[in-house]
Amino acid sequence: MSRPLSGWGRYPKIAPETLARPRSDAAVAEAMAKGPLIARGNGRSYGDSALSEGQVLDMTAFRHILSFDPQTGLVEAEAGVLLGDLIAAFLPLGFFPFVTPGTKLVTLGGAIAADVHGKNHLRDGSFGHHVAWIEIMTAEGEVLRCTRASNSGLFQQTIGGMGLTGVILRAGLTLRPVETGWIAQDMRPARDLAEAMAIFEEAAADADGPTYSVAWFDCLGQGAALGRSLVMLGDHARLEQLTPRRRARPFVTPEKRRLNVPLDAPGFALNRYTLRAFNGLYYRAGARKAGPSLVDWDSYFYPLDAIANWNRIYGRRGFAQFQCVLPLAEARPGLEELLAAISEAGQGSFLAVLKRLGPDTTAHSFPMEGYTLALDFPVTPAALALLDRLDKITLDHGGRFYLAKDSRLTAQTLHAADPRLATLAETRRSEGWDARFASAQSRRLQL
Amino acid sequence: MKDPVLILGGRSDIGLAIAHAFAAEGHPIQLAARNAQGLEVQGKDLSLRHRVEVSLHEFDALAPDSHEAFVTGLEPRPGVVVCAVGLLGDQQEDERDMAAAIRVMRTNFEGPASVLGHLANRFAAEGEGVIVGISSVAGDRGRGSNYIYGSAKAGFTAYLAGLRNRLAGDGVHVLTVKPGFVATAMTEGLDLPAPLTAQPEELGAAVLRAVAKRRNVIYTRPVWRLIMGVIRAIPEPVFKKLSI
Ligand SMILES: NC(=O)c1ccc[n+]([C@@H]2O[C@H](COP(=O)([O-])OP(=O)(O)OC[C@H]3O[C@@H](n4cnc5c(N)ncnc54)[C@H](OP(=O)(O)O)[C@@H]3O)[C@@H](O)[C@H]2O)c1
Repeated sequence: MSRPLSGWGRYPKIAPETLARPRSDAAVAEAMAKGPLIARGNGRSYGDSALSEGQVLDMTAFRHILSFDPQTGLVEAEAGVLLGDLIAAFLPLGFFPFVTPGTKLVTLGGAIAADVHGKNHLRDGSFGHHVAWIEIMTAEGEVLRCTRASNSGLFQQTIGGMGLTGVILRAGLTLRPVETGWIAQDMRPARDLAEAMAIFEEAAADADGPTYSVAWFDCLGQGAALGRSLVMLGDHARLEQLTPRRRARPFVTPEKRRLNVPLDAPGFALNRYTLRAFNGLYYRAGARKAGPSLVDWDSYFYPLDAIANWNRIYGRRGFAQFQCVLPLAEARPGLEELLAAISEAGQGSFLAVLKRLGPDTTAHSFPMEGYTLALDFPVTPAALALLDRLDKITLDHGGRFYLAKDSRLTAQTLHAADPRLATLAETRRSEGWDARFASAQSRRLQL
Repeated sequence: MKDPVLILGGRSDIGLAIAHAFAAEGHPIQLAARNAQGLEVQGKDLSLRHRVEVSLHEFDALAPDSHEAFVTGLEPRPGVVVCAVGLLGDQQEDERDMAAAIRVMRTNFEGPASVLGHLANRFAAEGEGVIVGISSVAGDRGRGSNYIYGSAKAGFTAYLAGLRNRLAGDGVHVLTVKPGFVATAMTEGLDLPAPLTAQPEELGAAVLRAVAKRRNVIYTRPVWRLIMGVIRAIPEPVFKKLSI
């Protein structure tokens, strides 16, 4: 028995029977022979995607960058390499990941397995769209190289497959050429949901519009302030947008001060009053900074990475993330219903994030054309009850759920929302993958 | 261009972490190990991340006859050498199997002493150089649970102290590193207390700092200096009855 592990939300905590840290393909195959397992990267999925009562395979020793081609931007690396490592290595050469989630502390393998998305899904799709190949340890214990052309079935299923199709060992990823390490941001305050959505839609309709768009939401706003938000539009800054001094060293950005949350916050530290005050402050501070500005890549994409262990602010019990996507046609009424339910319950969230997603072309990844809302809640009985309500609202509006955030959905809700996952489950059974690869989440959700 | 840094035991987790710390400062890296061509992935990773030259060198600590040629063959000359060669062994097995015990002692003391002896002579002749020896807190006092490894490390610690003393006037600096617990391949599977256990990256940063400041002896984590002070202070009549 190993010590208990958890995801980033610190809920649930599950001690695996065996925790192995392989350093070679052979060691992965050896672990597989011992029983079903789930690969784990840097533990940044929120719930139980990378947890198991059985065997957990810590892939962090697979941490080598293997090659880089500055002509094509193709980097080849082992699955445990962090996105942050790729940025550190290749931004100085003028390359940045095409797609990044809100933390750079995710592994390449994890980003593929969850097929993460960023603030530019509409423009650039999800992470998997930029993956050229994946080397997978299959259920048969063989190392198989999969691309869109060869072994394409396994390639497509592994993208967004939550580690349930095999162990991702290595992958090739195409990076985006950029001229600078800066983002030209345009911050737009929106007084309510309609205004925020109008900003998103205007940006979406313009083919030359901003690459990135995201809104920070105040979930505790009531009545007229329901959906009060800051919409942040952004583009990679071009060289001529920098001051001459910065232009000389376009990839050098200021070192950020690192903060840490050294201890669990006591349970009373976060309640609707402190949250309301915090959200109000944030909105007013943001509204003051409205308009265009240059922001360094780290502050723009990863503001929370600067606060180590920020997940501790929710206290010892941990927190649950909720992230759903609603189809475009249902987005407005669905979001209104979700926000009203949250506001009514008074279970606020530090971070409520709204993004516009583009059309989906994957086997079973989360995104679909529409709007995605993400929030987190401390794990309390009241919050869990609210989350059940939010599930129901999402289902009623034809939405679906993001497995990388989930720790508590029921199998019934999930399969009702996303019939594609029944196909995954069926393939797993017929191919015998379910006997090799299983997580606490896959068991709970009958995947 | 900055001086190359030579890592003896180039496959070791600690050695590689130190290599990354120096490479991040722009130092070329020379990785020396048995079966050196097997280190291609690690070498490529170092050079891609830090844009420095990395070379691989065949080296066996247990073949002292080869050490002189190994050292004279190093081109360009390393400015810093880090010896991270080591073998923990299995104390109980090594108590019964003297051949195994001797292997532990030779790997931790004789081999490192031999190769660093040659490097020390080269550095002394050239009038500059830094020698970093990774010893261990285990060498601070012999304990029933690991004295075979510990005695070899004690020998190595004394050897480094002697080198430092001998070379102080020759422009050659010697740093002794005494790690407590470190989470590496050597200690994998052992249940180590988290607050006393360093990650290899901590050693990388600590060694880089200590070399820059010309420190003589460092403990990592620093709390180990205190712990070993206490352990050394226990009178022998009491100590011999303890099970530690
Ligand atoms: N981990 C700890 O808790 C700890 C604590 C105190 C001190 N230390 C010391 O730190 C140093 C590095 O150890 P580590 O923790 O990084 O463990 P490690 O990964 O096991 O490193 C030991 C290295 O020594 C090399 N080696 C062994 N025999 C050799 C030989 N005959 N010729 C050349 N190389 C040889 C091994 O290379 P191969 O791969 O070729 O076998 C291996 O890379 C060692 O001196 C160790 O005693 C470690």
